[in-house]
Parts: sequence; C-alpha cells; structure tokens
Amino acid sequence: MLLARFLGPRVWILVAVILAAAILVPLANLALPPDHALHVPSYLVPLWGKYVCYALLALSLDLVWGYVGILSLGHGAFFALGGYAMGMYLMRQIGSRGVYGNPVLPDFMVFLNWKELPWYWLGFDQFWFACLMVVLVPGLLAFVFGFFAFRSRVTGVYLSIITQAMTYALLLAFFRNDMGFGGNNGLTDFKDILGFPIQAASTRAGLFAASCIALAIAVLLVGWITRSKLGKLMIAVRDAESRTRFIGWRPQYVKLFAFTVSGIMAGIAGALYVPQVGIINPGEFAPVNSIEVVVWAAVGGRGTLIGPVIGALLVNYGKTVFTAAAPEFWLFMLGGLFVFVTLVLPRGIVGTIDHGWDALRSIRRAKDAEKDESGGDAQAVPGPAE
Amino acid sequence: MSDSIIQKVADEFRALSEPQGNARPPAGPAPAAAEPVGNGAVHGEPFVSPHPYATVLHDRRLAAEAQGLARRDTLLYLNGVTKSFDGFKAINNLSLVIQKGEMRAIIGPNGAGKTTMMDIITGKTRPDKGEVFFAGDVDLTHHDEAAIASMGIGRKFQKPTVFESHTVEDNIRLSLAGPRSVLGALVHRKDRAERDRIETILETTRLTARRKTYAANLSHGQKQWLEIGMLLAQDPELLLVDEPVAGMTDAETEETARLLREIAQHHSVVVVEHDMHFVRALGVKVTCLHEGSVLSEGTLDKVSNDPKVIEVYLGR
Repeated sequence: MLLARFLGPRVWILVAVILAAAILVPLANLALPPDHALHVPSYLVPLWGKYVCYALLALSLDLVWGYVGILSLGHGAFFALGGYAMGMYLMRQIGSRGVYGNPVLPDFMVFLNWKELPWYWLGFDQFWFACLMVVLVPGLLAFVFGFFAFRSRVTGVYLSIITQAMTYALLLAFFRNDMGFGGNNGLTDFKDILGFPIQAASTRAGLFAASCIALAIAVLLVGWITRSKLGKLMIAVRDAESRTRFIGWRPQYVKLFAFTVSGIMAGIAGALYVPQVGIINPGEFAPVNSIEVVVWAAVGGRGTLIGPVIGALLVNYGKTVFTAAAPEFWLFMLGGLFVFVTLVLPRGIVGTIDHGWDALRSIRRAKDAEKDESGGDAQAVPGPAE
Repeated sequence: MSDSIIQKVADEFRALSEPQGNARPPAGPAPAAAEPVGNGAVHGEPFVSPHPYATVLHDRRLAAEAQGLARRDTLLYLNGVTKSFDGFKAINNLSLVIQKGEMRAIIGPNGAGKTTMMDIITGKTRPDKGEVFFAGDVDLTHHDEAAIASMGIGRKFQKPTVFESHTVEDNIRLSLAGPRSVLGALVHRKDRAERDRIETILETTRLTARRKTYAANLSHGQKQWLEIGMLLAQDPELLLVDEPVAGMTDAETEETARLLREIAQHHSVVVVEHDMHFVRALGVKVTCLHEGSVLSEGTLDKVSNDPKVIEVYLGR
C-alpha cells in the first residue's frame, strides 16, 4: 500500500506487466511446443527485445525532455556509444573463430593490416569492464557536454541543434576506418556472450528478460526521481527556469543531473540492443534515429512515466507491420504521425487520457457542488499529467 | 597599472606641498563624517609624522573607515552604479541606500531603469561601474543569482512567475529556505517543521483554501500573492517587488498593500510601482528614478510636488 502511494498504482501495473513479460515470453518460447497456440516463435523474441530497448531509450529521453524541458535531438549518440562498448566486448569474444582466425585482433583490424590492438580496445575482453564502459562512456559524454552547455545557459532550440551536431559529429568520426571501430561496417559477426552462443534461442530469451528487467528498474528509478523534491524542481526548471534561479537554486546542476542519468540509461539500452540485433554500426548515430526517439516519446506522452514506453512499443510495432506491408510509405507515415500528434494530441496518448480524465472529474465535482448548493469550492482542477 | 599608482601618489604629494590644502583631490567619495578630520589634518594642524605620504594614507584610511561605517548599517548600498546597453545608459551614476527594516517605493516613468536596477541587485546583470553592497560588506557584483537569493534577497517579477504545473503548496515548498543541493533534493523528506512553515505562509498570503490548486488555475491576483508567498518562504532580508498590483482589481490592490505592509514589519521591502494610489496606500519614503538616476527622494507629497518630477511626468 505504501508502495502504491509512492508511485501510483499505474506505474506498478506497468512494472508488473514488464516483469511478467520477462518471465512469460521466454517461457512461451522455450517451454511450449511449436504447435501450441501460445507459442512465441523464436524470431519474435529478439524483435520484441529490440522494442523493449527502444522503450528504455524513449524513457531516458522523457526524463530530460518531459520533465526538465531539454529537447535532446542527440540521444541516439548515447545509445550507440553504449552499443559500441557492448559490441567491442562481443568482438573480443569471437577470438580465433573470425574469418582470419586471429586470436586477438578483430577481423576488420586484420583486414586493415593493423599489427596490434589499439589501447582503447584493451580490457574489453572482460565483461565487467565492458559493462563499466557501457555506463561510463555515455555518462561521461553527457556530463561533459551538459556541463558546458548548461553552464553557458544554452537552452531551447539552440541546445537541440547542438545535441544534433554532437551525434552527427560522432557519426562522421565512427565512419572513419582509422578510428578503430570497424568504420562503415561497424561491429558484427558476434559469436557468444558470457560463453552462451548468441544465436541460441535460450540466450535470446535471456537477453529479452534482461532488457525487461532493465526497463522495469529504469521505470522505478525515473519514478523515484520525478516524485522526489528534485523531480518537482525539474518541472519547475522546465516551466520557469529564471524563477528557480531567483529562489536560490542552480538550474544548471538540475539539468546536468537529469542529462547524465538519462545518458547512462540510453547507453544501457544500447548495450542490451546490440547482442539482440547482432550488429552495431555508425548508422545508429544518424540524426534521424534520435529524432525518431522524440516521436516515440511525443506519441506516448512526454512528462508521463508510462507514455514513452507505450509510444516506443506502439510506433515500433507499427513500423514492423507497415515496413513489411508498404515499405515505401513508412517514412511518410512516421512524419504524418508526428504532425498528427503535435496538432491533435500535443500531450500524447497517455497525457491526453490523463487530461481528459481529470477534466471529466472536475466537471463531475462542479456538478456535485452545484447540487449541494453550498457553493463548496471546486478546487479539483485539472492539472497537467503526473 | 603601477605607472598610474606612481602618478597618483606623485599628484597627491604635489597637492600636499602646495599651500592650499583643499586643492588635494578627495580620497574617494568620503561622506561628511570624514571631512573634519581630513580637512583639519591638511589645514596645518601639527603632525607627528613629517612625511606627507603618511598623512595621505592616514586620511585615506579614515575616509574608507567612515565610508565603511556609513555602509555598515545599510542593507543595500548602491554607489555610482552605471550600466549601458549598446551605448544607451539604462542606469547612470545611480546611488541609492536602503536602511535595515526600511520599506521604500520606487517610482519613475517607463525606461527609468527600475528593472535594470533590480537586475543588477539580484545578479542578473553586472554593472559597468559602481559599487553594490548588501548588508554592509557583501559585494553583490561578485555573485550569481542563486547565491544572492540564498544570501537573502528575494525578487518578484513584474509578470507573475510561478510554477504553473505545481500546486500552491509545492510552489512554496520549493522556495522554502534551506539547502539547495541537487542530490539533497533527491533524498529530501517532508517533515513537521516544513509543513508548519508552509501553513504560516499560506495564511499570510490568504491562500490556505487554495493549497492543493495548481498554480496555473489561480487568478492573476492570487498568482501575484503566491509569488510574494514564495519570496516569504525564502525568508529574505530584502524583498524586491516589481509592480505587484499591475492588472489587479481595486479590492486586490488594497489586499496587496495590506500584505506588503504586514511583510514590511519583519523584512525590508523595495517596491517598484506605477500606481500612485497604491504607493500612497503604502505610506513610505519614495524615490523617483529618471533616465537611470535618482531624480527626487522623500515623502510622496514632497516628491510629487517636486517641479523636476512634475516636468518628467507631465512635461512630455
């Protein structure tokens, strides 16, 4: 009960659904016979796992955009960096099973005639080191970028453009072969993770469950942050930044905190994504990817906890369906969806439902007050979504 | 740098060796208290030390001390402040002193520099020239907005600025005096003392019945009061209030005057206002600004009968 009050029942339902999926989907895939009605075919497990990673990415964007008002158009960069860190571990796991059979060097380095491993690839044969880098590299980039941007009081559209430039600059850098990250082709041909074959159904089920657990933890973390006094302060910064400054807060640190936490979350999403799709290449840094994340969050409802999760799942499911049915129309549909949401549902699906519900309740209360004729003050006014 | 100091000392030396003592350039803007000592010394009273430079230092020290004394009891001390934007002098050699516990109304036509003055005091704008001291010896030109707010200067904007998607209660909770660290806010817990303080402020601003209302749904006047309540929550020594009754009904204006007088019992308040009825209702000392400097100062009657003020207000 105390927990329910802490985050509201809706968030707990979401967490319960995610955790149920973490158990039931692998079970339905592995334990049920293929001709059973509830059997989940093996090709769907990594696909759904990918959606869950996208949901985590959308949630990380929501923390900065929905709650602090920083429209980041470069969140794909943190996602891709986390993905690259995991990809480097997976590359080192290939060992001598690569095409060239070099026990230390990944294939692309042999191809480029490199004689030894660059220093920044050292340590990535250890899983714990890769995990540390998954958190550290995106977190550090977010911290340093945020420190300078927020200290200089860059806000609004200017900040969005700089984040876009950041991810574009990384895209160009990772395209270069001499960067040592596989250039255009990126990192692929993974064999196993923690000793488990990466193509095996059981490994994929495990990765799916891990993604779900990460998402559930992230929902609880964002819920905790946004319900705290700091969360209220974030919304205050979003709505009236100068006011927070004149009552003694330093909004730049509030933003920096949210941006760094968000960057780390995006990095973890990327790290879980890569082993499930089997490849990471510079295309993940493409500005369009980051903009797509914004669309997911906007469709679901920014500034709500469950909105971006629902938005990411819905839009990506739609993408899978429609790119199969009418591949040439998908981008038009995505653009149309964004225009539609901006014009008709500016609060997103969840935000609109919340708002409508609040409005209905206040109308009902006003009517009740009228009936009483006591003129009791109807202060149950609709507010923005939680 | 060192050249100019040598030059200065040489000048002073020359001035001292001249027969007329008062040809000496004054050692800074010394208030009257320093004058008898300084002048007396130069006007041929016997010195123990025959070295002329020692007397200069002596005078200068006395002058600085006297100025420090004059400043020490003030809450806000602006001296010779100048700020220009692209050549336009928004503030021009402005000097203004607010005593502890004082309530002051500042009037002036549009563009007189009232808002720029507030910006300078609260650290939003750095002055080009001049001194700005808070509580005697805190140099405000070296601090940012957050630091100045934490020191005890609260500011209300002309347009009511509250956190619209928070309840009235949360607006005040965020403004309450206390630590301002981000991680501290993350693990912050509500307690009895905090609730009591919020309760008191809600009562003072007459918003108790609206405590759970989202600020976005308050009336204009209530938003203004909420913002004043947020200032009170900071527990500042000095409140800067910019046009608190703009756009208010007469009843609301009266209520605001009552609220500000109540606040002035425990805080120093500077009110910038256009509305003369309101200023009269406050019944305090008035400063009239014009083109970035003080035009007239005194009671409202004295200021409004000042021919210079009449010319500025009516002569155009």
